Amino acid sequence: MSTRQFVALCLVPLAIFALTFLALPLVRLVLASGEGEAGWGIYWQILHTPRYLTTLVQTVLVSVSVTIAALAVSTTAGLFLTRNRFRGRAVLLSILTLPLAFPGVVVGFMIILLGGRQGLFNAIFPGHGVFAYSIFGLFLGYLYFSIPRVLLTVMAAAEKIDPALEEAARTLGAPSHRVLRDVLIPALAPALVAAGAIAFATAMGAFGTAFTLATNIDVLPMVIYTEFTLSANIAMAAALSVLLGIVTWGMLFLARSFSGSTIAAGG
Amino acid sequence: MRIGKALQLAVTLLAAAFLLVPTIQSVLAGVTVNYFQGIRSGLTLEWIAVVWELYASSIFLSLGIALACLCVTLVIGVPAAYALARSPGRLSRAVEEFISLPLAIPGLALALALLQLYGSYKGFRMSPAFILVGHVLYTLPFMVRSVQSVLAAIDLRTLEEGAATLGAGPVRRFFDVVVPNALPGILAGALTVVTLSIGEFNLTWMLHTPFLKTLPVGLADSYASMRLEIASAYTLIFFVMIVPLLLAMQWASARAQRMSQ
Repeated sequence: MSTRQFVALCLVPLAIFALTFLALPLVRLVLASGEGEAGWGIYWQILHTPRYLTTLVQTVLVSVSVTIAALAVSTTAGLFLTRNRFRGRAVLLSILTLPLAFPGVVVGFMIILLGGRQGLFNAIFPGHGVFAYSIFGLFLGYLYFSIPRVLLTVMAAAEKIDPALEEAARTLGAPSHRVLRDVLIPALAPALVAAGAIAFATAMGAFGTAFTLATNIDVLPMVIYTEFTLSANIAMAAALSVLLGIVTWGMLFLARSFSGSTIAAGG
Repeated sequence: MRIGKALQLAVTLLAAAFLLVPTIQSVLAGVTVNYFQGIRSGLTLEWIAVVWELYASSIFLSLGIALACLCVTLVIGVPAAYALARSPGRLSRAVEEFISLPLAIPGLALALALLQLYGSYKGFRMSPAFILVGHVLYTLPFMVRSVQSVLAAIDLRTLEEGAATLGAGPVRRFFDVVVPNALPGILAGALTVVTLSIGEFNLTWMLHTPFLKTLPVGLADSYASMRLEIASAYTLIFFVMIVPLLLAMQWASARAQRMSQ
């Protein structure tokens, strides 16, 4: 057997698996979205049905707010952790990246422990501390799993910034906010765009967290789930999935073109 | 600058508290007699025992699926990563991009796609293999990338040519030259695969059957229908399993990355 043949043979298991369980199912999903009463007009129908349109707008709004909040928090923490060495830094970093391996349902439970009826905030402010099942609770849940993802991307980029640049700016008399605006943010910009796109895509597609918290909130993954299981509206569930998949894939594609790698979606 | 630094520290600590406090709460609630009354009501392992009785099978199912998933991703992923590293170019990038789709498309959508195509094959649909397929879809890109990035950093061609002049055929070279050199990447990939498989929920929730509940599916079930102490005790068991895996995975990935630079 020649080397060429062997190398080609090495790709065969992958090709069979990817074709059978990825390519064909995705094609089937797209076809299924057109098999309802409305045919391919179903995509038009999404934009003309108030319930779906509200859901789309609401999902995008929550995801955008989470992205902004996660960028603000994680950039601050990430810059602080890359530029300061102190005792406990490693522990702090571990705590901040710990939730990477938490499934979305566990993240939802974390928010219930903070803002549920038996939660921490309701114990401190009796009667006023229940927010877990509101849109604010959902926002916090998404923020919970976004912070580590954004932090890792920002820190990887921040470590590559030449400290001499910042020093030069300071020697020239630039105040802190000017250093941030003129040196750090431009140097971090590609990483920030990438991290933002990752956070947005993950929030858009988050099912586990929504499943635990959004019993009364219409966000896209929950609507897909109820269309499929409760209403048995397969075509609509498929169409909304296709739409969601295109949006999240597009965002992550954007992220990759700005920085080398992406961190697992999930949540 | 002083104030700026203090503010940065405050944000960092607040974020860490936000992530850590509920995990501590869940650990405490899992071993407290009555969470509503607080720690004063006493500590107990009773809830852990209840969880074990109710959900032990889901824990074992998850471990079994994670190991099976590891085997499949090794068999499919390592040779594929070798082939992709051996012939870099536009086609390889396209293949990599395609198999990475499950990271970009939400698990719910992927699960719907699988259900649409294979849902009517009852024997397959009702078996653990159906869940396994979902887990392999989701974890395979991590294995491929991890191995590929280690292999891309070494001069594979020269090493292989050396072995070839000594008379080693392609199969022998793969096992004696490629695999040993790829080990750090394989280790990092393997730990990632197991960690992600044990925690996978988004696909699994749609693919599971009432008789095949994985650990995270059981967690969702306990959050919805059990008292807070039991849900917490179950979460505590999950943490005990996942946190060491996560730390090992981060260590192995950092090591593999250092080697590929």
